[in-house]
Amino acid sequence: MADQRSDRLIIAGFGGQGVMSLGQLLAHAGMLEGKNVSWLPSYGPEMRGGTSNCNVIVSNAPVASPIVTRASALIALNMPSLDRFESAVEPGGILLLNSSLINRRVEREDIRVYYIPASKIAEELGNIRVANSVLLGAYIEARGNVKRESVIMALKEVMGPSKQDLVPINERAMKKGASLIRELTN
Amino acid sequence: MKKVFTRPKSLTGKPFHYCPGCTHGIVHRLIAEVMDELDIREKTIGVAPVGCAVFAYEYFNCDMQEAAHGRAPAVATGIKRVHPDKIVFTYQGDGDLASIGPAEIVHAAARGEKISTIFINNAIYGMTGGQMAPTSLIGQVTTTSPYGRQVDQAGYPIRMSEMLATLDGAVYIERVSVHDIRHIARAKRAIKKSFELQIAGKGFSLVEVLSTCPTNWGMSPLESLDWLKDNMIPYYPLGVKKEAE
Amino acid sequence: MAKVLMKGNEAIAEAAIQAGCHYFFGYPITPQNELPAYMAKRLPEIGGCFLQAESEIAAINMVYGASGAGARVMTSSSSPGISLKMEGISYIAGSELPCLIVNIVRGGPGLGGIQPAQSDYFQATKGGGHGDYRMVVLAPSTIQEAVDLVMDGFDIADKYRNPVMLLADGILGQMMEPVEFKKREAIDLAEKTWATTGHKGDRPRNIINSLFINAKELEDHVNKIYRKYEQIEKSQVRVETYNCEGADLIIAAYGSTARIAKSAIEMADKAGIRVGLIRPITLWPFPRDSFKKWAERDHVKSFLTVEMSKGQMVEDVSLSIEGKKPNYFFGRTGGVVPTPEEILGEIKKVMGGTRG
Repeated sequence: MADQRSDRLIIAGFGGQGVMSLGQLLAHAGMLEGKNVSWLPSYGPEMRGGTSNCNVIVSNAPVASPIVTRASALIALNMPSLDRFESAVEPGGILLLNSSLINRRVEREDIRVYYIPASKIAEELGNIRVANSVLLGAYIEARGNVKRESVIMALKEVMGPSKQDLVPINERAMKKGASLIRELTN
Repeated sequence: MKKVFTRPKSLTGKPFHYCPGCTHGIVHRLIAEVMDELDIREKTIGVAPVGCAVFAYEYFNCDMQEAAHGRAPAVATGIKRVHPDKIVFTYQGDGDLASIGPAEIVHAAARGEKISTIFINNAIYGMTGGQMAPTSLIGQVTTTSPYGRQVDQAGYPIRMSEMLATLDGAVYIERVSVHDIRHIARAKRAIKKSFELQIAGKGFSLVEVLSTCPTNWGMSPLESLDWLKDNMIPYYPLGVKKEAE
Repeated sequence: MAKVLMKGNEAIAEAAIQAGCHYFFGYPITPQNELPAYMAKRLPEIGGCFLQAESEIAAINMVYGASGAGARVMTSSSSPGISLKMEGISYIAGSELPCLIVNIVRGGPGLGGIQPAQSDYFQATKGGGHGDYRMVVLAPSTIQEAVDLVMDGFDIADKYRNPVMLLADGILGQMMEPVEFKKREAIDLAEKTWATTGHKGDRPRNIINSLFINAKELEDHVNKIYRKYEQIEKSQVRVETYNCEGADLIIAAYGSTARIAKSAIEMADKAGIRVGLIRPITLWPFPRDSFKKWAERDHVKSFLTVEMSKGQMVEDVSLSIEGKKPNYFFGRTGGVVPTPEEILGEIKKVMGGTRG
């Protein structure tokens, strides 16, 4: 029987935190590995300043519904996102949250929660905008159905010639996120 | 024997359906003569309106498209963008151009679409039977202004040429009349100029032609010509409204 | 050719360009704005023409003009904008002009909302504009299928000289999936000898027109275009059936909703309930025969039509199955998307006999 593994993510945060591009990179990397992927953004008034979110599916089987109602993983970049989507994580799923901006603990015991100070790490690396990459690196290490090399390849394709200089810092951010997961798990 | 008067090649020869004394026939002929003189019949695509001239596609002896009411400038835009090397004109009445279709004519002019529009203003709806037009004069009696056009109820007649002349995309706007021979000659010069400007690739141009509608005005053809001269020209002054350098 | 990750709206635009469509006329409206934006960037690069019209009404009439002039041409919009185009679509059908119209449907009626919906089914398949006419309506459920149907859609439009609509929704417009732009065999299409191109003196003049003032002439004209529609009904029906063999219940759904239904069917399978899916790909012509065939099977006890509307396609499903089996309906509307769990709940109700 074919491997039916499918990762179904909700990724949410403020507009401008790189929520959409985080999801796109993951989908793109999955595609490069020959997997079935979909990326579905929220659209509408919430794009303008409020919270934004996207659904990503990376699956070994064809994607049926592209809408994630029961998530295998939630990446929450800010407090409203955690409040809104915490309950959507299925039992046994994982939740990665940006603990630099979220100061509460998660009460649920049927999911695995990782507290990642992504914004703080990004600032230490010299660019607050790579907080999303810290979380992406962490996710791949914790659960991901794709390899970091594929994400880097996707990043290079998406960035275009003028922004290639941003690839190394994003790569460092991903590595940093991954090493945090290793510390937390060991 | 030398032939001194004949039908222009750019008319099909199908007899016009227009009422006796109507000036549509004169304007059709002027356009056809211009097409002949400029030798553009075989590269011209005309757009017919909805209104009395709805059958214009049966009269002009060139490729033609029939447009929805008011939309001739949009249809012409589609044609001209596909065939920028061809000559495209619209022929529209006052209900078509000034009532239901101002958005299309204004934006075609604003974009500087390289088309020619011949705008027939006879201050009334002809085909539907004599209703008030946006260009009907104050006090003018029609079936939908039986007490005469009242400003407090129906507002003011629109001077489309003056309005369009404010747009940078328009290269040439002139209002002419066909109530006598001298003015008919002047009208032909204006139509020819409009087509010449298009051939030269200059931009949008429009010729507004003050016309008569004896049937719906309830007058004889001769009375109509006088009424046009005495009532329409004072409100719609003739002349060039816009001419780009 | 390698797959690329693309938004539905952009993939539709690229597919149109690759199908040889070099003319686009449109007007902004959410949720299809990425489509004209893509065209505005790409068409000038290949010598085509993108024009932002002053209104949807003007845009569809520009399509009329360009199509009448012989070009492959399209427009796109979303529900309220499509309503404005309906007069023009009627003229295009009446004048027998080919074009592609994309509707990325949002919730209605009125200004409605901007979230995905399927409540324009009636408008697309039953007329929308005035008069006796039909429009081929293609309903993709993945972005790859949208790309393939855009390419086929232009060919169908040209072959039959008739407008074709791609009916998608906000989910398909906004989502990204990997797509492949397959090299296609050019199909044999007749030269557009009817187009107004300036007649150059070597052919009789052409007229693009839908006015027939004589009633008998108009009837003849309509009968002529209906003979085309008969041909289309015979040869252009497309449908996907999934898991129907041995199914107790068959879901009827199209577009995004069919994907959600597939997720519900997988869940039902795990719960030991055998559910199938009939997914019309052409909404007109409607795959009547397929529905009828499955309705005649003994193992199929009932149908459940699922839509993002208050129930529109459900009428065509009922007509097709001719009362042989009950046809239940479940829908969410206004931009609310049904979940697989909700659909599974309905499946269980129907199977348990608790649906009246």
